[in-house]
Amino acid sequence: MALDLPFIWAAIIAFAVLAYVILDGFDLGVGILFPFFKEKHDRDVMMNSVAPVWDGNETWLVLGGGGLMAVFPLAYATILPALYMPLVLMLLGLIFRGVAFEYRWRTKRGEFLWDIAFAGGSMVAAFSQGVALGALVQGIPVANRAYTGGWWDWLTPFSIATGLALLIGYALLGATWLVMKTSGPLAERARRYALRAGTGMLLAMGIVSLWTPFLEPLYFERWFGWPTVIFSLLVPLLVLGCFALLIHGLRTEHDSRPFLAALGLFVLGFAGIGISFYPYIVPTSLTIWEAAAPHESLAFLLVGAVVLVPMILGYTAYAYWVFRGKVDPEEGYH
Amino acid sequence: MFESLDATLLARFQFAFTVSFHIVFPAFSIGLASYLAVLEGLWLWTKDEVYFALFNFWKTIFALAFGMGVVSGIVMSYQFGTNWSVFSDKAGPVIGPLMGYEVLTAFFLEAGFLGVMLFGLNRVGPKLHFFATLMVAVGTLISATWILAANSWMQTPAGFAVNDVGQFVPVDWWAVIFNPSFPYRLVHMVLAAYLTTAFVVGGVGAYHLLRGDAPKRAKKMFSMAMWMAAIVAPIQIFAGDMHGLNTLEHQPVKVMAMEGHYQSHPDGAPLILFGIPNSAEQRVDYAIEIPKLSSLILKHDLNAPLAGLDSVPKELHPPVGIVFWAFRIMVGIGFAMLSIGLWSLWCRWRGTLGENRWLHRAAVLMGPAGFVAVLAGWVTTEVGRQPYTVYGHLLTANSVAPIDAPAVATSLIAFIVVYFLVFGAGTFYILRLMGRLPRDPMPDLQDGPLRTAGITPAIATKTGSHHHGA
Repeated sequence: MALDLPFIWAAIIAFAVLAYVILDGFDLGVGILFPFFKEKHDRDVMMNSVAPVWDGNETWLVLGGGGLMAVFPLAYATILPALYMPLVLMLLGLIFRGVAFEYRWRTKRGEFLWDIAFAGGSMVAAFSQGVALGALVQGIPVANRAYTGGWWDWLTPFSIATGLALLIGYALLGATWLVMKTSGPLAERARRYALRAGTGMLLAMGIVSLWTPFLEPLYFERWFGWPTVIFSLLVPLLVLGCFALLIHGLRTEHDSRPFLAALGLFVLGFAGIGISFYPYIVPTSLTIWEAAAPHESLAFLLVGAVVLVPMILGYTAYAYWVFRGKVDPEEGYH
Repeated sequence: MFESLDATLLARFQFAFTVSFHIVFPAFSIGLASYLAVLEGLWLWTKDEVYFALFNFWKTIFALAFGMGVVSGIVMSYQFGTNWSVFSDKAGPVIGPLMGYEVLTAFFLEAGFLGVMLFGLNRVGPKLHFFATLMVAVGTLISATWILAANSWMQTPAGFAVNDVGQFVPVDWWAVIFNPSFPYRLVHMVLAAYLTTAFVVGGVGAYHLLRGDAPKRAKKMFSMAMWMAAIVAPIQIFAGDMHGLNTLEHQPVKVMAMEGHYQSHPDGAPLILFGIPNSAEQRVDYAIEIPKLSSLILKHDLNAPLAGLDSVPKELHPPVGIVFWAFRIMVGIGFAMLSIGLWSLWCRWRGTLGENRWLHRAAVLMGPAGFVAVLAGWVTTEVGRQPYTVYGHLLTANSVAPIDAPAVATSLIAFIVVYFLVFGAGTFYILRLMGRLPRDPMPDLQDGPLRTAGITPAIATKTGSHHHGA
C-alpha cells in the first residue's frame, strides 16, 4: 500500500477547517457587523441572508473536531486541553449566536437581547477561534502523549493579535457577503464596511506575517529558506492582488467579486500557516505521522470520505443555489 | 492525587450535565422530524389542508428544538478532547471514525436540507420540499445509528485489539459497529424518541382539545399521537425487556445495580419493587419484594440462580442508588404510557377520543413524560457502566484530561449558567408556540359540538390554506 494515509487525511482535515473558516466566517461576520446596522429591517435582512445556510456551515466545525479525533486522536487529545479556555469560550459564543437565529423571531420584547446574543456570540466565537489559532501556531508542549503546559499558556500578545486579525477577517467576509446578497442602502453601507475591514485585514495579515517567523526557528527557516522562500515572496503579491480585486469590485459594483477576493485572502493566509508548520500537526511537538490513528481507522473513514465529501459538496451547493441571488427584503421568516 | 480526583469528578459532572441537556433535543427532534415527514406526505397525498397546517405548526417548533440540539451537540464533540483527552487518544481510533461517519452521513444531510425545509417551500415547490423534509428525517435516524454504535461499543466493546501505546485498535469494523448491545440500544432509543414525540404532540393536542380553540387540528394530532402511544408503547416495553436480557448477558453488574441485588441468590432472586439501596451496608432498606420474580423475568425460571454484587470487587460497583432509582422511573413511565395508549384505544372504540376530558388531562400531564424517561434510561445505562468508560477495559479515572480542577470548575459553572439561561428561554418559547395553535377557520363551526369537527365541510378546509401556522 503506497498511499500515505496520514498525509491524505491531513489534507482532508485542512480542507474541512478551511471550508469552516470561509463558510462560517461569513455568517459569523454578519453577526459581527450587526451592531453597525441599527435598523430592525436591515438586521432582519442580514439574518435572513444566512439563516438557511449557517447550520450547514457550522457542520464543518464538527467535521474538523470529530474528524481530528478519528484520524489524529493524539493531536485531538493534546490540542484541545491546551486550548481549553478559548475553545470553551468559542462554544459558549456559538451557543448564543446559534440559538439567536430562532429565538429572535419568537419575541418582540426580548428581540434586542437576542440581537446582542447574536452579535456578542459571533464576536466571542470569532475572537476565540483566532486566539486558538495563534496559540496553536506558537506551539504546544507535549510529553508522554499528553499536554504538559498550563491552562493559561494560550494567552500571549501573539494570540491576542491573531484573535483580532480573525475578527477583522470575518467582518470582511460578512461585509462582502452582504454586498453580494443584499441591495439598496444596506448594500451601500456594507460596501463601506468592506473597504474598512479589507484595509484592516491587510494590516493584520502584515503584522501577523512579520511576527510569525520569529516565534519558531522552524518557521523562520520556512519563510526565508530555500525553496519555500518563493512562497514568501509570492504570497504578498497575491495578497495585494486580492486586495486590488476587492477594491475594484467595490468601486465598480461587481457585487460578487469582493466576496471572492476576501475568500482569496483567507485561502492565502491559510496556506501560509500550513506551509509554516508542515509536517507538524501539533507544532512543534507532533508530526502528522506521529499523531495519526492506526491504519485501520484511517482507511475505514477514508472510504466514506472519498464518496461522501463530494456528495456533501454537491447538495450543499444545491442548498446555496436554492437561495441564490439577492435576498428579497419582503420575504420574512419561515 | 486528591486534586486529580476532584478534576475527574468535575469533568464527570460537566459531561453528565451537558449531555443530559443535549439528549433532550435529539430525542425530540428524531421523532418530530419523522412526524413532519408523515404530515407533509399526508398533505401531498390527501390534499387535506389540516395536515399542512399541522406541518407548519410543528415545523416552527422543530426549528427551535433542532437549533438547540445543534449548539449543545457541538459542545459534546469538543468536550471529549478538552476534558477526556486520554480517553480520546485511546478510544479515538475506534469511536472517532464512527462519529466521523455520523458527521459525513447525517449532520451535513440534516443541515443541508434543513434550510430548504424551513425556508424553501416557495422556491422549490412541494415535491422537492417533501424530499428535503424526508432527508432531514432520514438524517436524524442515521445520526442516531452511528452515535449509538459508538456508545454501545463503550458498553460492550468488540472487534478490537490494544496496541503498544495503549490505544484501542479496530480489527473488525463489522464487530465494532454491530457490537453485542448495539441493535438493542438502537431500537430502544429510536422507539423512545418516537414515544417522547408522540406524548408531546398528544399533550399539545389534548391541551387544545381542553381549551376547545382548534378542535379539528387538535383532534387530528391527538388522534395520531394516541395511535403511536397505543402501538409503540407495548413494542417499547418488549424491546426494553430484550435490551435488559442483553445487558444481563454482557454487563451483569449493571443489572445487579438495577435490581438492587447486593446478595447472590442461588435459588431464585426476588424482584425488589421499591426500597432504599444502602451501599454502605450492602443491602436494600425497606425493600418491598416479590420472591423469585426477578429470576423469572431475567432467566424465565423461578429458581434460576442470580449472582449479586457480592460476587464483584466493591471498587468495580457502579453507584447502585442512582441506577436503581433511574431504572424504576423509566419503567414506571413506560407502563404509564402503555396505560394511556390502552385507555385511548378504549375511548376510540367508544367514539369518545375527542371528548373524554379525563383522558385529555392525563395526556397533558404525560406530555413531558418521554423526556424524563429518556433521561432516566440514559442515567441507568451510563451510570451503570461505571467505573469504566470502555466497559471492562478503561477506567473512568484513567480517561480524564490532565486539566487543573479550577479550569474544569470554571467552565462547568459557565456551562450551567449559560445552559439554564439559553435553553430555559428556548423551552419557554417552545411552550408558548405550543400554546398558540391558531384558531380553526370558520369560527361558527367551532362552537358546535365536537363531533362535527370530524366532518368539517370541504369549504372550511379550503380556507385553512390561509393560515400558515404560527
